[in-house]
Amino acid sequence: MTTYSYDDQSVVVVIGSGAGGGTLANELCQKGIPVVLLEAGKRQSTATFINDEWPSFEQLSWGDTRTTSGTWQIAQDFPNLPAWICKTVGGTTTHWAGASLRFQEHEFRARQTYGEVKDAALLDWPLTLAELEPFYARAEEKMGVTRTNNIPGLPGNNNFKVMYNGAMKLGYKECSTGHMAINSRARDGRAQCMQLGFCFQGCKMGAKWSTLYTEIPAAEATGKLELRAEAHAVRIEHDAKGRATAVVYADASGQLHRQQARLVAVAGNAIETPRLLLNSASTLFPHGLGNGAGNVGKHYMRHTTGSVFAEFKEPVHFYRGNIMAGLIGDEARFDPARGFVGGYEMETISLGPSFMAAFLKPGAWGRGFASVMDNYANLAGMWLVGEDMPRETNQVSISASVKDRFGIPVANVHYDDHPNDIAMREHAYKQGTALYEAVGALKTHRVPPYPSTHNMGTCRMSLKEADGVCNKHGQSHEVPNLFISDGSQFTTSAAENPTLTIVSLAIRQAEYIAQSLKTNAA
Amino acid sequence: MNDLKVNRRRFLQGSGGLLLGTLLFTSGPIALLAPGQSWALEMSTLSSDLGSKLLLLIRRIYPHDSMEDAVYAFSVKALDTRAATDPSVVPLLNQGFAQLDQLAGKSWASLDESHQVELLEKIQHSDFFILVRSVSVTSLYSNELAYTHFGYEGASFAKGGYLMRGFNDLKWLPAPPADASPAAMS
Repeated sequence: MTTYSYDDQSVVVVIGSGAGGGTLANELCQKGIPVVLLEAGKRQSTATFINDEWPSFEQLSWGDTRTTSGTWQIAQDFPNLPAWICKTVGGTTTHWAGASLRFQEHEFRARQTYGEVKDAALLDWPLTLAELEPFYARAEEKMGVTRTNNIPGLPGNNNFKVMYNGAMKLGYKECSTGHMAINSRARDGRAQCMQLGFCFQGCKMGAKWSTLYTEIPAAEATGKLELRAEAHAVRIEHDAKGRATAVVYADASGQLHRQQARLVAVAGNAIETPRLLLNSASTLFPHGLGNGAGNVGKHYMRHTTGSVFAEFKEPVHFYRGNIMAGLIGDEARFDPARGFVGGYEMETISLGPSFMAAFLKPGAWGRGFASVMDNYANLAGMWLVGEDMPRETNQVSISASVKDRFGIPVANVHYDDHPNDIAMREHAYKQGTALYEAVGALKTHRVPPYPSTHNMGTCRMSLKEADGVCNKHGQSHEVPNLFISDGSQFTTSAAENPTLTIVSLAIRQAEYIAQSLKTNAA
Repeated sequence: MNDLKVNRRRFLQGSGGLLLGTLLFTSGPIALLAPGQSWALEMSTLSSDLGSKLLLLIRRIYPHDSMEDAVYAFSVKALDTRAATDPSVVPLLNQGFAQLDQLAGKSWASLDESHQVELLEKIQHSDFFILVRSVSVTSLYSNELAYTHFGYEGASFAKGGYLMRGFNDLKWLPAPPADASPAAMS
């Protein structure tokens, strides 16, 4: 196994091993670049994944304390769990459901398309769909996305049957089992999906793409990667010229180590990434590393989400098979006649009794609540996920009072729903309800957002330095050898699930970094 | 060895209790799983009295009439586990039940269900109620007996998933066309 010394100044240090960091690390290693990959969590495997919701949550999730503020319902329902993301090798690619959708062309220029939206800080991406398309294609090939590269779509389960029939009754045209990074046939040394129904718990088949068993072992096989698990980055250091020089991290026992670096790429998800930069404040960067324009942590986006669950007379057994078994794309269009800008996707979702009880109506009890649970086997469900507005005040900051076990200030996540978010959620709830009523739902339930799995925008890309944190390659506007490599880069959130775009950006960024190392441009 | 056994038994008597019950539905799905009709839960910290009061309270919070007490006992056990490491739990529980009795003017447990629930609504924002509810919601619905009760089949990997076991067996709606939902095998 490859190891690098702490004082090796030639290595690229990548922080975080999920969709962004895991992919970037592999792409760099494939080009012969030495990489130290720091991951705060432990290494699991398909063998150690657990087919049981709470025990799996304990195994994979980021459970370290965070705080919340703002008027979003999460702050009330889950005050110390703003996000449902992972702390494990592979990051949230162990937990994601596999939906792999390209952004639409107009979503890269949201400001231009939507116009001025009051109290929103909309901005166009410094990047176009055309520029990203070749990398989307490479990501789809790498991840084995269904309905691309001649890979058949997945078979729909019972939950999808209900969605599909309702969608047809409402006149929707774009309803299918979609583009999923889940093997519908054995491929790339990984098995075919056997419809376990535990996509969120780490796929024990390995049929769902995760960096844990694709990118990371591929990178290890090059001899260029050293993965350090249970290595929690606490600070990035720099020299007098303002170039990143090292990453200080705590190991499992809490002991600090300093890994020197030629270049640092941060991919800790959109809460930990800004937290790390803010906690790396110095005399030269008094407001946090690369935060001269004051945008680190700002414009936090989490998608406008909600779920509709419906009770039927007959059984559905919606927990059997893929969690996101299918989706409807009709509402993802730009159509301000609906009373909001941006669009949303409708995607099936199912939860076991454990999570259903916790998330159906947080805090609820009594006969009304219990009767829904009594109908568990007859439930169908969908998740609504749409573009939310970036706002300067929706912000990840560091807590003034709460510290983690290493003595480092934790992240506070502040979020207020924008009126556009609320209008979109209302529309989506109505459509979801109408869909299920069209196929005979006895009762429907509007379920509030879960802790955020889609976290974006806190170190956003911008053409002008004053508007964001990094350029179109994720390179810090201020620190040339510091890169943002996760969803924090997103300028706007678009309607689509973010992972495919994160992976595409990471592939593109790896090319840019490799070139920059050659020419000393970074 | 014998001394140790005796001491351990004394310790249990001093610090914990036993919760006993029998299955209500001798032909239900849980009875089919159970080796016998009676069950017992050994608690490390809570007394038998507190344990049975909690079991009733949790039944009122999450009322599933046809669900066995044996399932509710998982939540009592979860509270017992919490009490073993957090010394504030037992006093909080005792105070909470004392308050309920006070509001009832007699034993809260002796009221009929609707009056019991009425009083619970009054205290639903208390630390006592929130503790019992929040520990119960993550334990009551997260065990094999509850899974069986609600018709959830649970862990599927060892059984080869649901691909051959009914993932698309719904018959009360037409099957989507192949372009929307292709066959699993080709």
